[in-house]
Amino acid sequence: MKNKKLLIIALLVVVILIVASMSLFILNETKQSVVTRFGKPIRTITEPGLHLKVPLIETIHIFDKRFLEWRGDPSQVTTKDKRYIWVDTYARWHITDPLLFYKRLRDERGAMSRIDDVIDGETRTTIARHNLIELVRITNRDATVDPILDIDSSQLESIEYGRRGISKKILEASTERVQDLGIEILDFRIKRLNYVDEVQATVFERMISERKRIADQYRSEGQGEASRISGERQRELQRIQSEARRTAQEIMGRADAKAASVYS
Amino acid sequence: MANAEEFKKTVDVNAKKIIKGIVAVVVIILIASAFYVVQTENVGLILRFGKYSKTTLPGLHIKIPLIDKVYQVPVERQMKEEFGFRTTRAGVTSQHVRNYTSESMMLTGDLNVIVLEWIIQYRAEDPYNFLFRVRSPQVTLRDMSEAVMREVVGDRTLDEVLTVGREEVAMRVREQLQELCDEYQNGIRIKQVIMQNVNPPDAVKASFNEVNQAQQDREKFINQARAEYNRVIPKAKGQAQQTIQEAEGYASVRVNGAMGDVARFNAVLKEYEKAPEITEKRIYLETMNRVLPRVEQKFIIDEEGGGVLPS
Repeated sequence: MKNKKLLIIALLVVVILIVASMSLFILNETKQSVVTRFGKPIRTITEPGLHLKVPLIETIHIFDKRFLEWRGDPSQVTTKDKRYIWVDTYARWHITDPLLFYKRLRDERGAMSRIDDVIDGETRTTIARHNLIELVRITNRDATVDPILDIDSSQLESIEYGRRGISKKILEASTERVQDLGIEILDFRIKRLNYVDEVQATVFERMISERKRIADQYRSEGQGEASRISGERQRELQRIQSEARRTAQEIMGRADAKAASVYS
Repeated sequence: MANAEEFKKTVDVNAKKIIKGIVAVVVIILIASAFYVVQTENVGLILRFGKYSKTTLPGLHIKIPLIDKVYQVPVERQMKEEFGFRTTRAGVTSQHVRNYTSESMMLTGDLNVIVLEWIIQYRAEDPYNFLFRVRSPQVTLRDMSEAVMREVVGDRTLDEVLTVGREEVAMRVREQLQELCDEYQNGIRIKQVIMQNVNPPDAVKASFNEVNQAQQDREKFINQARAEYNRVIPKAKGQAQQTIQEAEGYASVRVNGAMGDVARFNAVLKEYEKAPEITEKRIYLETMNRVLPRVEQKFIIDEEGGGVLPS
């Protein structure tokens, strides 16, 4: 008899635990969720903590609440001034409306592929509309001239928008295209930007010839300065010698005259 | 039948023992899991039913088993990210691998290419944000750092970054990266940005060395000319002084000689004027005295006796 009672209590406890585990769920600090009833969205939960659901009938879909990473595929693009470059981009995004997100994109993978399409496309078209310099610089500051290297090394070209301006354009255009997907792109940036290999080779050649020019300029400056000093030396020498001779003659002449005047 | 009865009894006893044992183990596990240690460099963040409840400092603490979860964040540890290279073995002589050109190669404002290696040192200052605001904060920080470095370098000439601008670049990157971290609220405080190697690409390095060589050549040419100048001019100046001094000497001789002669003449003249005949005679005799001993053959001829030749 006693054993039977115990068995019943144990069974009851197990059943309660099972029901509780089916009707309670923990939402972590980093998560948010959508509750669906037979596939029909009922409510969204963004507050972390312990929550209730109807067992068997309601399903929960958990999504991340944090800022998520997105990394662009490094791709070859052409600028307006026909420079071939590799561009590598990144963005941060987060899920703002889990319900909309669930309906439109289902999961993160779906979101990633949509963001790929949107940002890669916008990047390509925006870059094609600007010169390379706009993608490199961010302000119109003037280059400081090196006091040792006192050569006007290539000056900085000025810009209209700059890298930040263009990034912002791409961000704005992309944001507009994802706003009905329940996500928001927070930040878009160009991470890396390099010449494609063939262009790089010609750039290196240009850099080498530029350095050669600077080296030649240095040497020629040195030789010029040396010649100037050597000329100065000649001039000084002749001036000193002739002045000494003149002074000596003057002194001797004065003495001769004095002697003559003394005798007469 | 008696056998079966006995068997049931032993099973009952055994079952009771097993259940007791299980309960004891569960209780011990629960008690043990109620304690946790936060390491010296960390803080512990307690999530109760997944919701953040409090932060605990290093030491021994108690939590509710199964319900509380502890996440430790190393807030005191200086963390480090390397760009363009990786330290494979840290130590007295650290070993590095440097073939991350895609990371280190970038464009400068004058559209040249530069290879730059740097280090970011940071701390997870706000553990809550570090854990819960951004997913994979380290990866995010790397992306941010690369983007910011390229922005700063993109606004400077190659020569600026290579020489005078190095420190300035590090400073700007630190500032702007911190701004970006604040914007992302990733809880990270950038402590230091350290520039490691800053070089032109390997393919053009030789030409950069040649510029250095040329710079030294320039100095050499100029110094040689200066040396020649310094060798010749002071000597010429001394020689000029010599010429002038010699002329002065000549002048003294000339003037003093003349003045002496005149003084002597005047003195004699005074005496002569007092007694002209006697003086004349004396001068004559003195002169003869001086002249005659030097003459080898002397002919004394009578004043009144006709010519020298026999008549």
